[in-house]
Amino acid sequence: MSNWDVEKVRKDFPVLSMEVNGKPLVYLDNGASSQVPQSVIDRTSKYLAEEHSNIHRGVHYLSQHATTAYEAAREKVKRFINAPDANCCIFVRGTTEGINLVAHSYGKGFINEGDEIIVSQMEHHSNIVPWQMVAEDRGATIRVIPMNERGELIIDEYENLLNERTKMVAVTHVSNSLGTVNPLKEMIATAHKFGVPVCVDGAQSVPHFPVDVQDLDADFFVFSGHKMFGPTGSGVMYGKREWLDKMPPYQTGGSQIRIVSFEKTTYAPLPAKFEAGTPAIAAGIGLGAAIDYINAIDFEAAAAYEHELLEYATERLADIPGVRIIGTAAEKASVLSFTIDDIHPHDIGTILDQQGIAVRAGHHCAQPVMQFFDVPATARASFAFYNTREEVDKLADAVQKVIEVFA
Amino acid sequence: MSELNELYQETILEHNKNPRNFREIEGADNEADGRNPLCGDALRVYVKMDGDTVTDVAFKGSGCAISKASASMMTQVVKGKSKNEAEIIFDEFHKMVTGGLDVETEENHLGKLKVFAGVLEFPARVKCASLSWHTLNAALHGEEEVSTE
Repeated sequence: MSNWDVEKVRKDFPVLSMEVNGKPLVYLDNGASSQVPQSVIDRTSKYLAEEHSNIHRGVHYLSQHATTAYEAAREKVKRFINAPDANCCIFVRGTTEGINLVAHSYGKGFINEGDEIIVSQMEHHSNIVPWQMVAEDRGATIRVIPMNERGELIIDEYENLLNERTKMVAVTHVSNSLGTVNPLKEMIATAHKFGVPVCVDGAQSVPHFPVDVQDLDADFFVFSGHKMFGPTGSGVMYGKREWLDKMPPYQTGGSQIRIVSFEKTTYAPLPAKFEAGTPAIAAGIGLGAAIDYINAIDFEAAAAYEHELLEYATERLADIPGVRIIGTAAEKASVLSFTIDDIHPHDIGTILDQQGIAVRAGHHCAQPVMQFFDVPATARASFAFYNTREEVDKLADAVQKVIEVFA
Repeated sequence: MSELNELYQETILEHNKNPRNFREIEGADNEADGRNPLCGDALRVYVKMDGDTVTDVAFKGSGCAISKASASMMTQVVKGKSKNEAEIIFDEFHKMVTGGLDVETEENHLGKLKVFAGVLEFPARVKCASLSWHTLNAALHGEEEVSTE
């Protein structure tokens, strides 16, 4: 294995030394929510204990400290994804809220009757449904990039879908149900040839490898804090200034205005224009601490280690008769979806849980993917850099146990 | 593994493998669809009545072992019962899996359905066990669909 001290890293995450159902916790549900290191817990506690107050308003000591900490987190986000400008990094509740922001605001400004919106067959519901709503509202049509049996997007078909009516491409960086890493840079370049912006669901990529939004040339890039070792309620919608300046506000009210009268309201500059109301301040500061944590480890080494772990887990499970791996793309990250003969994934999930192993069982909010592979659901193990080969072995043993129970 | 054994009892595993009355009923008097959107379980329950008596009951569909076994055993128990008797058993079953009835100490009509008492320890699975019963209840009341959400 690569040069990565997993035992040292595990000590940073208090929950990893827990027992569940009398067994050491084996946490393989990182795709849903990753765990939180002590440094993030401490930073969030410090805010609540010593800095808690509302931001951007008070002239008093606490408010100034809270504002400074919150805006410092925004600077950390900017450097983390290499955004050109911190003011283009809008804090949101999570990826779902971020995509809704883009869809509704961009849709209102730029999508009209007869226009087309391209999504892919492997999208999470949160990158399908907001666009469907916008399409319905604006009289536009949804077009779908198909995928092949391995769970890879068919790029030739994608190129054929683009035309002068296309107004947006909404695509995931890494599929949450299949683990496929999409060739985003090429896909974005292709869309730009048609003058079409691209909205990327980055929820499953930022926790697993370094992302550079300028190198990708993404127009919008959205992700969640709770899948990258931060708290729930934190997330980011990055957008290019050329779009954000032209887009109307999504939510309106406090904080996001310049002058309000009953005749007319003018809006605050970025980022405030898109941040109505009091945000999740503790969560935003916690996200900043999670970025500090990622910066302090060797993230490239972590990514390499995690990839080896995924390959090892894939080999171990593929060796078990009856196991079918769903999603066998050449480029994958973190996610190992599988089924076992006709054993329902919920039964798999329950039996694994009794052995202390946390996996996700279900449709992973990606019903079109389940329909494509003709399965009602899958069991999904999703890895982080703190998982171990021993945990993979425990997963494989537990899968054997499931097969014995149902034999 | 003791709790697990309580959930996946031999009887449940056996009914999952060989579900009884797993068929359609042509000319059914009532039928209803039950769905558990969270896990994708979907089944259809068919009921044939003679006056107030359930003369035949069957189901089709897909789901986990718990939902399939529960549906299978439900059809065995309900067949030949009156609508009122079926409702009493449904009520007791529901109470058993949600903690409102202790089958060891309190009087009930559940008989072999008591194997599902272990579901109580698995809150995420209660809906699996009760889906078929909610669907039957809908069919008996002439409703066409039921969702556990």
